[in-house]
Amino acid sequence: MVNLSVNSVSKSFQSRQGLVAALENVSLEVSHGEFVVLIGPSGCGKSTLLNIMAGLDEATSGHVLENGVDVKTPSRNRAVVFQDGGLFPWFTAQQNVAFGLKQMGIGKRERESLAAEYLDLVHLGRFRHSFVHELSGGMRQRVAIARALAVEPQILLMDEPFSALDAQTREDLYAIMQEISERKVRTVVFVTHNVREAACLGDRVILLSGRPGRVVAEYPVRISRPRFVDDANVAIAANRLAAAMKEGVANARKDEYDDDWHPKEIGLLHSSDGVMGDSI
Amino acid sequence: MVLWAILSSHNVLSSHRLIFPSPTLVYHAFSRSISNGALLNAVTSSMRRLLIGYAISLLVGIPLGIFLAKVEWLSDTVGSVVLGLQTVPSVCWLPIALIMFGQNDGAILFVVVMGALLAITVAVQDGVRNLPPSYLRAARTMGTLSFAVYTQVILPATTPAIVLGAKLGWSFAWRSLMAGELLYETPGLGHLLNRGRQTGDMSQVVMVMLTIVVLGLITDKVVFATLETRVRERWGLSQSV
Repeated sequence: MVNLSVNSVSKSFQSRQGLVAALENVSLEVSHGEFVVLIGPSGCGKSTLLNIMAGLDEATSGHVLENGVDVKTPSRNRAVVFQDGGLFPWFTAQQNVAFGLKQMGIGKRERESLAAEYLDLVHLGRFRHSFVHELSGGMRQRVAIARALAVEPQILLMDEPFSALDAQTREDLYAIMQEISERKVRTVVFVTHNVREAACLGDRVILLSGRPGRVVAEYPVRISRPRFVDDANVAIAANRLAAAMKEGVANARKDEYDDDWHPKEIGLLHSSDGVMGDSI
Repeated sequence: MVLWAILSSHNVLSSHRLIFPSPTLVYHAFSRSISNGALLNAVTSSMRRLLIGYAISLLVGIPLGIFLAKVEWLSDTVGSVVLGLQTVPSVCWLPIALIMFGQNDGAILFVVVMGALLAITVAVQDGVRNLPPSYLRAARTMGTLSFAVYTQVILPATTPAIVLGAKLGWSFAWRSLMAGELLYETPGLGHLLNRGRQTGDMSQVVMVMLTIVVLGLITDKVVFATLETRVRERWGLSQSV
């Protein structure tokens, strides 16, 4: 059953260089309980697309339907985990998680126990009374995930939530994410530019091209869970994605360079035997 | 203190000890005005005006700053007026105040409010403008109503800027109050200072100035330092040196 559908969404915005097209005629569907990863080179408008799905941004044309209803404003049915977490620094971890529950009109005692429950879910029970600045980057993102889950959204939208974290922390979070989506079945739309992340987490990966963002291809990832980034199958899937992305990246980069630049001229990327750096 | 005592006893800076009073003379001025109640009287009436004016400035200035930052048509209209008025030194409000209110407390209160209010407003407005957009976006995706966004997100998120504005506002309020009290007859510290000038009593002038310094230090060290430390600890700003 379709949970979220994006119908020929285009988005352009005014910049100092003139009108810039961020998204062009993007259509896609996300089923109930599906974990969909949107991947593409940086600047391809994937975060913009996520914001439109969340109702935080408006599409220039086209529309997003949630269970057949037009998405116009943000709603707690579509909770968002932001790249920087967006946690409130004047609150403790638990108060952050309880914030959304308070907006739902849940009483103080109940929201405290619910918040504690969701912090346990991301294995942060011990840190419930810590302030945001006392937590590490990975812990903050776990609080942000708990905060988003606490309002019981049907759809979880995640905007490059792990991109600022180190590799080890990211791996821990992949495990937690898979554990969560197994325990609390939910639709997830996850934006990233990291192919390994995409292959490790996604049931289906949707590849967007460089500016303006268009849907280039879709890849179902049929690898049994739990997956780990180091699994051979995940690595193979990631390599395929990387190859497919290369063209998109090259196209996106072209906009940022002058016309005489061409990616093939860089020896580092195209060395004969595939060993990176031997042409330096 | 020692330097002061030596300088005054050797008549270094002045040939007359009344123009450069010694610590003992100032001490005598202190005990005299304390025993006849003049100092206490002046301090209480000055503080009363200051606190009323400051309270009004905070109550109006903080919401005004928030709305100026969030409501576009307000910032286009009232915003530029606030910025313009902020450049007016607070003493310059006195003539208007005297015409509008006459020679009474209302005039001084008006000057105090005009001095403090705009400083608070501008500091709070800047604070709200510089908030990370993700706070508001996060709040909206959690179904926060717009009233709750103001009271539960914007207001607490702006706390550091509000404390800064309150501190600025306090010192502006002090200055305005002294300027107001100096310029016409009304009980208060400024008036006591002026009386010292009129009677050529330098020790009284120095005594009043010392009182002002002590009062300023107390509020700065006790009230604002405590507030700032608490905000820093909570927001984790104290580690970043």
